[in-house]
Amino acid sequence: MKPNETHTTTVRILYFARLRESLGKGEEELVLPDGVATVGALADFLRQRGDAWASELGAGKAVRVAVNQDMASPDTEIKGGEEIAFFPPVTGG
Amino acid sequence: MPVRVQTEDFDVGAEIARLREGNPKVGAVASFVGIVRDLNDGDAVATLTLEHYPGMTEKSLEDIVAQAQQRWDIYDALVVHRVGTLQPLDQIVLVVVTSAHRGESFRACEFLMDYLKTRAPFWKKEVTPQGSRWVEARASDDTAADRWS
Repeated sequence: MKPNETHTTTVRILYFARLRESLGKGEEELVLPDGVATVGALADFLRQRGDAWASELGAGKAVRVAVNQDMASPDTEIKGGEEIAFFPPVTGG
Repeated sequence: MPVRVQTEDFDVGAEIARLREGNPKVGAVASFVGIVRDLNDGDAVATLTLEHYPGMTEKSLEDIVAQAQQRWDIYDALVVHRVGTLQPLDQIVLVVVTSAHRGESFRACEFLMDYLKTRAPFWKKEVTPQGSRWVEARASDDTAADRWS
């Protein structure tokens, strides 16, 4: 990349409800690591932080993901600039 | 606005009156009110706290209302959902639908609640004598929503 080129690969990640409490944060800014281009890859990356991240985002845990406030799936593409939210199945009403 | 998320309580009669005000074509109004119970999964519930995703919650409720408008011949629909800490006997959610005849209102009202419960980002945390816990999603709610697909 040329020095004057900007390349926005930062995403804003939000966590709600049980995830927010277990992970100890409601939101963060993250520069997308190389090779992370989908929701599933982002979840894999976050799991590598270990402890609560590994268990809350791990196999057997029902976690929903929204990208820019639309429901997403593991193969939804991300390229930077998105608002990505992780949360448990909803329980309103 | 057909959709509101708020901490304040709502007045069912006033909301219904406002929704059908001045529309002489309305021959039917169906409404549903969800209320906090003092018992859940066998445990006494002292308080219930509702969290939401500001922005996406409103957007998702508006989308559900638009779907109801497409599926049934209804005039107007209103969804009011409370957030924050509530107690048993408190009202949580209101859905009101107006139409010419009762069938459309009844069905759209039930559809709105079934979809709201499984698609709109709200989460409940309850305080019981055993401590506080997040309410788990129920398979029966998914089954209820699947009836409409």
